[in-house]
Amino acid sequence: MPRYVLMRLIQGVITVWFIATATFFVMHNIPGDPLADEKAVSDEIRENLERKYGLDKNVWVQYGTYMLNMIRGDFGLSFKHENRPVNKVIAERFPVSAILGILAIVIAGMGGVLWGALTALYRNRWPDVVIIILVILGISVPSFVFATVGQLGIVVANRVVGFEILPVAGWGTIWHMLVPALVLGLGTMAFLTRLMRTSMLEIVNADYIRTARSKGVPVAQIFAKHQFRNAILPVVTVLGPSIAAITTGGFVVENVFAIPGLGRTFVEAVQQSDYTLIMGTTVFYGAFLVLMVIVVDIVYAFIDPRVKLK
Amino acid sequence: MNLSFTPATVETDIEQTSRPSLSYWQDAWIRLVANKRAITSLFVIICLLLFAFVAPHTIWRVKHDIQNLDRASEPPWVNRKALVLSDNDTWNDVVVPDAVGEHRAPTSLEVVGEAATSRVRLMWDAVPNSHGYRVYRNIVEPREGAPLGLSIGVVNESTLVSFEDRLDIRQKPYWYSVVALHEDGSEFDTAKTLRVVPQRSIYVSEALALPGVDSAQPGETVALVWHPLGTDYLGRDMLARLMKGAQVSLTIGIVAPLLFMVLGIVIGSVSGYFGGIVDAGLMRFTDFVIALPFLLFMILFKLMFVPPEGEANFLSSVQDFLGIEGGILAMVVALVLLSWPGIARLVRGEVLKIREQGYVEASRLLGAPNRWLIGRHMIPNTMGVVLVSFTFAVPATIFTEAFLSFIGMGVVPPTPSWGSMCNDGIRTMETYPHELLFPALFISITVLAFNLLGDGLRDALDARMRSSE
Repeated sequence: MPRYVLMRLIQGVITVWFIATATFFVMHNIPGDPLADEKAVSDEIRENLERKYGLDKNVWVQYGTYMLNMIRGDFGLSFKHENRPVNKVIAERFPVSAILGILAIVIAGMGGVLWGALTALYRNRWPDVVIIILVILGISVPSFVFATVGQLGIVVANRVVGFEILPVAGWGTIWHMLVPALVLGLGTMAFLTRLMRTSMLEIVNADYIRTARSKGVPVAQIFAKHQFRNAILPVVTVLGPSIAAITTGGFVVENVFAIPGLGRTFVEAVQQSDYTLIMGTTVFYGAFLVLMVIVVDIVYAFIDPRVKLK
Repeated sequence: MNLSFTPATVETDIEQTSRPSLSYWQDAWIRLVANKRAITSLFVIICLLLFAFVAPHTIWRVKHDIQNLDRASEPPWVNRKALVLSDNDTWNDVVVPDAVGEHRAPTSLEVVGEAATSRVRLMWDAVPNSHGYRVYRNIVEPREGAPLGLSIGVVNESTLVSFEDRLDIRQKPYWYSVVALHEDGSEFDTAKTLRVVPQRSIYVSEALALPGVDSAQPGETVALVWHPLGTDYLGRDMLARLMKGAQVSLTIGIVAPLLFMVLGIVIGSVSGYFGGIVDAGLMRFTDFVIALPFLLFMILFKLMFVPPEGEANFLSSVQDFLGIEGGILAMVVALVLLSWPGIARLVRGEVLKIREQGYVEASRLLGAPNRWLIGRHMIPNTMGVVLVSFTFAVPATIFTEAFLSFIGMGVVPPTPSWGSMCNDGIRTMETYPHELLFPALFISITVLAFNLLGDGLRDALDARMRSSE
């Protein structure tokens, strides 16, 4: 077990190195000049700026410096955030995205498992049909439509009641998070509901369920102990990719609701050509996703004793 | 006991084939046709393709990029009738003798002629002891004590009792108020208010320029150009833009998956068929590419591939050569570079499985060459899963494109895509919801149709992957 974890971590580190390298060279080949926006600077200032950001050196020297700094956990100075280190910007913005993402994942996971189990229980009766229609909606409507409609919903609700039930945008309290997290989790929830339903229905016909039934185990117990627990396994497997989907979904939700998270920071960094911040954010996201996949794999092994870690 | 042995009659053809044998694809087609949802979806997809690629050249030839700010953000149900006004539409001020009496606000306020969107002419009666009037315009009925709205003009004569409003008038109710002024410019305490709904108007010369209008006399009404789905915030025809957007979204959504499927099939089959170090190397690389954060890299690739305005690079020259616009090629290339690993893994798995199958072994024993094994067994037998993955890759790609265009990182304006149209529509969502509704509806319908077709294909092509619905 520790050996497996170690192996996975080493693989993860190599993957992150690859991501960082790819990011570096893509960024280096972006047409345009990172200092182009600086208004009318003299040649001397320009040289100083280039020296400050190491732009005067050869590509490989820049790459080496970047990698060494990254190993030390230093992503350099932001171009646009007034001399602030990229690390600081990430450290400030990431927790916001993380809280929003965790909330969304919790909503999506619990909702998906619950609705999926319900549809399987009420198969082909009206709760099943209604939920399936909602699931189809959830899968085919883009997240930005949910986000805008969600925001419009708050606006209208506030107007109808005459005072502010929920804040329309911004960040700070739990009330700011509710609708964005729900919107962010909707797509994943629909997907998980469908998955849960399929896996519940597959398990209904499994041998151990039939055995339990013939032994006279109460229906509720069969459902809770045998069917539900086994059906939830595939849901856990896709939680890793879902985390990735939810982080990227954060781009839109953070933009629509004006939430100061990492997704919005990235989009802003791209719009302002803040090269170091773009690079730092990309590598950070990549490393985070790699870590999440490893964690999900390990968690999976704990839940399902049939999976042997080697 | 007399035992007599009669020889049994030889039955030829014990197993009779009662139905014609079906190939894999014939069988799959029959299953697919039996699936109502899948066939409906297929029909919807064909309609969407016709909508994108045939309709703009046949039934709806309106250009998608013609702006008309006079008709911005019109919903589909807007009244298209317009009143024709003379090109030489002037008006003289109304002057009356000094008023006598006690009233502190005009007792009458009326519209002279027709209230039109090019001008609203007001006339009132004079107020005694006043030194002028101020005219206000409001978009809601002014309540007692509340401000009267936008001050649109001042008249400095007590005997001059008319005003012509020409300030950006729309087809909606306005409340005009006239209040008399003291000598120092301060207002009297009461006002006279009138509700006016201006009628859309057009000048003779403009009317004659409309298609299908041969003669227009002032005072007549003519019908303006029809926009069946309304117009966007720049007055461009929504239907034409949706068609153009459909071209962009569907082209990206179909071409990119086609290309990355091919790349994935090549890499996956080479990897699976040859195995060993080739396999190990390719699969490691595949793992790396999968680990790249997809959307972030889509954006980075777009930055890398799309040159700054006025400059050109290799991709943009190819794009110009092919006659496509809006950075579509850059997006397709980025999608191909990032999306092939999934299909490569899938094809590799299939090839590994098929390689060990009895019939492949038998074929090899019978002396079949590699090219026969690959061409006859490997490729046809992986086509099923490939086709299913393709059908699911299309909606995923359309989503990605819409998503990127929505955050302004997708196709380059003014080329419309459904995603960028949604982005435009959000600004006016509260007042003109149709600008967001239509493109969002098209995205949803397309994604839904491809997903349902994919489900149907999966059920039809591969019994093992059959969903249990």
